Amino acid sequence: MYKGSRIQTLYNLLSIVFTMLLIGILLYTVSELPVMGDALHPANNEVAAHYLVHGARETGALNAVTAMILDYRAFDTLGELCVLFVSACSVYILLRVDASRKEEEVEALDRRYEPWNDVILSKAFLFLVPAVFLFGIYITLTGHLSPGGGFSGGAIIGAGLLLYLNAFGLENTERFMNRIRYRRLNCGALGFYFLAKGYSFFVGANDIKSVISVSDQGNILSAGLIMPLNVCVAIVVSTTVYAVYLMFRKGGFNT
Amino acid sequence: MNNYIVTNLPEVASIILFGIGFSNLLLARNLIKKIIGLNIMDTAIYLFLAAKGYVDNAAAPIVTSGAVDPDLYVNPVPSGLVLTGIVVSVSVTAVLLALTVRLYEEFNTLDIDEIVHQLRVKDKEAMR
Amino acid sequence: MNLLYNVPAFSILLPMLAGVICLVLPARASRRLSNTVIVVLALLSFLLLNSFLDGAPTFTYRMGHYGAPIGNEIRAGELESAMAMMFLVVMMLSLMGGRNHLRSDIGRSKVNLYYISVLFLLSSMLALTYTNDLFTAYVFVEINTVTACGIIISKEDGYTLAASMRYLIMSLLGSGLFLIGICLVYGLTGHLLMPNIQEAVNQLVQNGHYQAPLQVTIALFAVGLALKSALWPFHSWLPDAHSSASAASSAILSGLVLKSFIFLMIKIFFRTVGPDVMTGHAILNLLLVFGVLGMLLGSVNALFEKDIKRMLAFSSVSQIGYIFCGIGLGTIAGVSAALVQVVVHAVTKAMLFIAAGGLMDASGGRKDFDALQGAGKRDIVAGAAFVVGTMSMIGLPFFAGFITKLTLVTAAAGTHDWRTYVSLAAIVVSTILTAIYYIRVLSLLFGRNGSEEQDGEVRGRRFLSAYLRRHLSMDTEYILAILAFIGINLWIGLRSDDLVDIINAGLATFQ
Repeated sequence: MYKGSRIQTLYNLLSIVFTMLLIGILLYTVSELPVMGDALHPANNEVAAHYLVHGARETGALNAVTAMILDYRAFDTLGELCVLFVSACSVYILLRVDASRKEEEVEALDRRYEPWNDVILSKAFLFLVPAVFLFGIYITLTGHLSPGGGFSGGAIIGAGLLLYLNAFGLENTERFMNRIRYRRLNCGALGFYFLAKGYSFFVGANDIKSVISVSDQGNILSAGLIMPLNVCVAIVVSTTVYAVYLMFRKGGFNT
Repeated sequence: MNNYIVTNLPEVASIILFGIGFSNLLLARNLIKKIIGLNIMDTAIYLFLAAKGYVDNAAAPIVTSGAVDPDLYVNPVPSGLVLTGIVVSVSVTAVLLALTVRLYEEFNTLDIDEIVHQLRVKDKEAMR
Repeated sequence: MNLLYNVPAFSILLPMLAGVICLVLPARASRRLSNTVIVVLALLSFLLLNSFLDGAPTFTYRMGHYGAPIGNEIRAGELESAMAMMFLVVMMLSLMGGRNHLRSDIGRSKVNLYYISVLFLLSSMLALTYTNDLFTAYVFVEINTVTACGIIISKEDGYTLAASMRYLIMSLLGSGLFLIGICLVYGLTGHLLMPNIQEAVNQLVQNGHYQAPLQVTIALFAVGLALKSALWPFHSWLPDAHSSASAASSAILSGLVLKSFIFLMIKIFFRTVGPDVMTGHAILNLLLVFGVLGMLLGSVNALFEKDIKRMLAFSSVSQIGYIFCGIGLGTIAGVSAALVQVVVHAVTKAMLFIAAGGLMDASGGRKDFDALQGAGKRDIVAGAAFVVGTMSMIGLPFFAGFITKLTLVTAAAGTHDWRTYVSLAAIVVSTILTAIYYIRVLSLLFGRNGSEEQDGEVRGRRFLSAYLRRHLSMDTEYILAILAFIGINLWIGLRSDDLVDIINAGLATFQ
C-alpha cells in the first residue's frame, strides 16, 4: 500500500465517503437536537440545579464548576491527572536520552535555535516572570472562589517555568527545578491527591463521619479539601508541562 | 428537518470542524498534519459539549450571593467535562508528537505510508 | 462483607498509587511492587467473587459523599468481579511468562516506566469493569489507550514505533466518536450515570421525542468502541501492534485490552441504553455482519502469514469476530456466549503469545516459520502450550474452546431466522480455516529440525540432558506461567458449568 497504487486511492475514496456520511448524519442529528440556550433544555435538569443551589453550602466552593470537578465528580479529575502522568511517562520512554547516548551533534542542532543569553529576553523577563508566577499562584489558590483552579493555574505556572528556562538558561532553572525535585513534587502531589481522595471515597461510601469540615464560605481557607487539591493539581500540571518541554528540548533533565 | 440548525449554529460549526479534523486525521499523509487534524477534531467536540450548557442571558456559575435561582446561571456540568477533555487532548498530543520525533529520527521521513513501506522492505530482506 | 464492600474502589486506586511510587523506584523494586499489587488484588477479587456466589447482592459504591445522579458511583456484581479476577490472573501470568523477553527488550533505565504503564493499564481495565458512569468510562478509556501505547513502545525499535503510531491514530478516532456519543446523550438526557440515562432514554422512547439523535448516539457508541476493539473493517492496526511488541505485552494487549472495551460496550448496551431499546435494534445486526466477516476474513488472512506472531494476531481478529457475532445475535444467550468467549480467548491467546515468545527464543530470536521448524521439540513446554492452545482454538472437547463454540452455536440456534444460518455457516467455515492454519504450524513445530546439529541433539540419547541444560537456565517463572495457563484451560474445559453459571447469574442482575 504505497503511493499511487490502486488500493491507496480506494482507501482514500472510502475514507472520504465515510467522512461525508458521518458529517451528514451528525448534521441531521444537530437539526433534531433541542434548542441551544433554552432554559428548558433537557441538560438543565435537577443535577445542575443541585450543583448551583446546594453546591456552595455542601462543598464550601462558590465556583460551581470547581465544586463539581473536585468534590462531586472527583473521580473523573483523578483519572485526568492519571492521563497527564502516564503521558509524561510515555514521552519519557520515547524521548529520554541516556547519558551514554548523548552526542555532541544532538546538542549543537537543538541549541542553535534556542535563545541563549538573549539580552531582550533576560531584561524583559526580569519583570514578566514574577508577574506570571504570581498570577498563576493566585488563580490556583482562589479556584474555589472565582474562575480558575488547579488546571488553569498549573498551566500558567508551567508557562512561567518555560519562560524562565528560555530567558535565563538551564543552569539557572536547575537551581530550583531539577530532576530529583521534579520527581518528588510529582509523586508527592499525586500521592497526596490519591490518599486524600481515597479517604474521601472511603468515608463517603461507608457513611463514616469525615474529619474534614467545610467552614464559612468566601474565605481562602474554606471548602475543606478543595484548596489543597487545587494546589496538588497545579503542581502536577506545571511540572508535567515543564518536564515534557525538557524531553522535547534535549532529552531530559540536566544532561 | 426542523429549523433548529438556525438556532444551534455553534453546534453546526462544531460538526463541520469535526469533519475537517476527522478527514485530516484519516487522509493526510504527513504525520504533523494528522496530529493537527486530531487537535481540530477534539476542539470541535469540546465546542459541541460547551454549547450544551449555555443558557441565554445567564451569568457564569459563580454563586456569590445566598439564595439562588438556578435558571439565572449557566449549566456548570459541561464546563467541568470540557476541562477534563482538554487536559486529555493535550496529553495525547504530547505522546503523538514524541512518537513523531522518534519516527523521524529512525526513518527520516514524516510520511506514515513511506514508513510502513520501508518496514515491509526490511521484512522482505530479513526473510530472505 | 463490610470490608469487602470497599474492594472495587481499592482495586482501582491501589495500582494507581503503586504506579506513582514506581516512578522513584529502581527496576527490580518496581517489578516486585507490581507483582505484589497484582497478587493482592487477585486474592481480594477472589474473596469478593466468593461473597457474591454465596448470595450477597450487587451493590453500588458511592465515590464520595453524594450518590447518583449527583456524584460518581461504581457498581460491583458477580459478572464484574469475575471479569476483574480474569484480568488480574491473566495479567499476572503474562508478566511472569514474558519476563525473559522483558529483560532483553527493555532498557534497564526504563523498566520502571514499563511497570508504571502496566499498573495504570490494570487500573484502567478494572475501572472500566466496575464503572457506572459514562464520563468516567471515557477518561479511563483514554488512560487505557495511552498506557497500551506505552507497553508497545517500551521495546524500542522501528516496528513498534510505527505500529503504535497507527494504533494511536485509529484508537483516538474511536475515542472521538465515543465522546461525541457521550455529548449527545448528555444533551438529550442531562445525566451521565448509567441507570439514570436508562430511565431517561426509556422516557424519551415512550414520548417519541428525539428519536433520530438517540439512534445516532447508539450507533456512535457502537462504532467508537468497535474501532478500539478491532472489529472487522477497523482492525488494520492490530496485526502490527500485537506482533511487534514484546511477548508479555502482546499477551496483555491481545488478551485483555480488547476485552475491556468489549465489556464496556456490553455494559452500555445493557445498562445505559437498556434492553428494552436494544433488543431487535439494527445496530446489532450490523455488529453481527461485521463479526461474521471478521471471523472469515481474519482466518483467511492468517492462512497467508509466514510469521508466527502475525498469524496469532490475525487469529485474534477472527476470535474477536466470534464475540461480536455473539453480541449481534441480540439475545441473552448470545451475550452470555460472547462473555464466555471473552474469558476463554483471554486465557488461550495469552498462553499462545507467551509460548510463541518461548519458541522464538529457541530459534535464535526469529519469528518466521523457516526458523521455527522443530522449535516445539527444542522447547517442550512452549510446544505443549501450543498444542493445548491449538486444540482450544479449534474447539475440541476437554479444552476451553469447546465450551465457547458450544454456547455460541446454541445461542445462534436459539434465534430462528437468517441470523442462525449466517452465524452457523460462519462458525463452521472459520473453524475449518482455524484448524488448517494452526495444525500447519503444529506440524512445523514438531517436524524436522532446521539444522543437522539440532536434529542430532534432539534425536539422540542426550535429549533429556540437553532439555534440562536449556531449561534450567531459563526462568522457572516462565515454566510455571505456562503450566498455570494450561491448567486453567483444561479446568475451564472440564468444569465449564462453573464459568457459564457465573456469567449467566451475573447477566441476570446486570442492568
